[in-house]
Amino acid sequence: MRARDYIGFAGGSLLRQRFRAVMLLAAIAIGVASVTVLTAIGEGARQFVEGEFSFLGKDTVIVLPGRKETTGGLPPLTGSTARDLTLADALYLHSHIRDIEDVAPLVLGSASIRYGNLSRDSMVIGSSHAFFSIRQLGIAQGQALPAGDLEHPLPYAVIGSTLRQALFGNRSAIGERLQVADRRFVIVGELEGSGDSFGMDLSETLIVPVASAQSLFNVNGLFRIIIKVRANADREAVEDAVMTAMTKRHHGKPDITLVTPDAMLATLGDILNVLTLGVAAIAGISLLVAGILVMNVTLINVRQRTQEIGLLKALGASSRTVQVVFLTEAALTAVTGAIIGYGAGYVLVLLACWLWPSIPFQTPLWASLAAIGVALVAGLGFSFWPAWQAGSLAPVDAMRSRQ
Amino acid sequence: MIELQHITRRFQVGDQTVTGLDNVSLQIRPGEYISVMGPSGSGKSTLLNILGLLDPPDSGKYFLNDQDTGALNERELAALRQQSIGFIFQAYHLIPRLTARENIELPLVLSGMPSAERKTRSDAIIEQMGLADRAHHLPNQLSGGQRQRVAIGRAIITEPVLLLADEPTGNLDSHSGQEVVKVLESLNASGLTLLVVTHDTDMGARAHRRLRMLDGAISEDIRSAHARA
Repeated sequence: MRARDYIGFAGGSLLRQRFRAVMLLAAIAIGVASVTVLTAIGEGARQFVEGEFSFLGKDTVIVLPGRKETTGGLPPLTGSTARDLTLADALYLHSHIRDIEDVAPLVLGSASIRYGNLSRDSMVIGSSHAFFSIRQLGIAQGQALPAGDLEHPLPYAVIGSTLRQALFGNRSAIGERLQVADRRFVIVGELEGSGDSFGMDLSETLIVPVASAQSLFNVNGLFRIIIKVRANADREAVEDAVMTAMTKRHHGKPDITLVTPDAMLATLGDILNVLTLGVAAIAGISLLVAGILVMNVTLINVRQRTQEIGLLKALGASSRTVQVVFLTEAALTAVTGAIIGYGAGYVLVLLACWLWPSIPFQTPLWASLAAIGVALVAGLGFSFWPAWQAGSLAPVDAMRSRQ
Repeated sequence: MIELQHITRRFQVGDQTVTGLDNVSLQIRPGEYISVMGPSGSGKSTLLNILGLLDPPDSGKYFLNDQDTGALNERELAALRQQSIGFIFQAYHLIPRLTARENIELPLVLSGMPSAERKTRSDAIIEQMGLADRAHHLPNQLSGGQRQRVAIGRAIITEPVLLLADEPTGNLDSHSGQEVVKVLESLNASGLTLLVVTHDTDMGARAHRRLRMLDGAISEDIRSAHARA
């Protein structure tokens, strides 16, 4: 029998039994679609997390107030009263540790921002000139916060693009005066792009000098200090030096926590690996279920077509020809199911991209190939036994079951 | 030359052994027209299956065209069946999703013949069977007589040496039955060896050589005076 005739014969048989064909197609398509979508989610999550941390180079150390350790136990009942991180701490570290290139102190708060009769509640970040270079923020217009004495409050502000759009429309905001709570600020610069990163949309914030923010929110402590380590310097040595210096400044209590992007990425990497494993297991199970369904339906198919098998043998088909007839049906189903599943998965991934544009959902190439490959293997592999059964039917037994 | 030598075939039914054929020997010469009659369970179908290479004998030898079929493996048997045997069944056994033409071409499809060549051959057969205006019809759009003619066309398209018919008129009214008998006899007249298993005494009587079977053995083997062989 020729390849074309196998396909024609198998295709005709599938079209004849549409319900069966559709059931098999659906099983395989769902398997392939789930692999496509789930791996896209896994890959999207990985790239999202990696992207979130990309603004923090490898040469960054973050200092948080308080001792936070992930020991897994319950937090102590007596609230540990951590000593505040202060601006003086930041300045001390910068001036006393040689390998620190720059520090960006951070104060966060929320305030009502008014321009004319427009008003908006927004996040206000208090920081410094160094914040822009460490976080690699682009300036669309104007300039960043001026470098200079951090302890001196200045009425300057850099505005995020979304916030600017809300208050000024398409007009330039440079030089305009804003009322922030009970203070006035002059806009000196506009942030570029959406600046969406790590759970904080900078495009909706106003960035002011740290001392101004401290007085605005009436706080002494800092939310955190971002330290940029000099290129080629030993980051661990800097971490040790920071810990030593802060312990000394806090009267012998090491009540700060140092976080590095590496450590965060390592922890998240572990979580993502578990996620990927789970995803692979779910997808694997769905393909296994599809495979077993293929086997059962093909077995039923063989039973129902016993007479046809007998006839084919009487007309001179060998066992092998009969096997290939049934395997061709399975292969056609598997290929079509895989294509439909891949297409459906692709559409779902596109839909997810459209719904959550910040997460880069994308099915990795290996997963697409694996999904289609596994579908073919499941579809064909689980058909071998039924096909072998069909082939080994004795023609006389097959013919005996009368119509 | 077709020859059965001391063929025995037994079946296991539950814990009983049923004898299908018991030491049967038979020679069939090319061009013969043979009818096989006998009560149910006398071994007619077993004989047909063994002649048709659908069922292997437990003992004895079967020579088809001087070839010992016992020496062939499953694949070679399938090929020999494809080349040498044509089957006609009581219930036609057409594939319902295939048109008359596709059913007729099926043995050639199985043998791997290119479609252009198949078409040439099936054109001739369709013409011969008087199905020219029915070639694209599905079996359920055809009358019983037409269906059986499709089945005959399918059986002879490979130009077999032996045509085996199992109650070919059993499902047909008398008019269609006569029509089918006429077709079969004209094929025999053109040289094709024909063996018909039948309950129909009229049809059985028309054959040139009449076998009667009883209890797995050939009890009667009568040749008519006008038999050619």
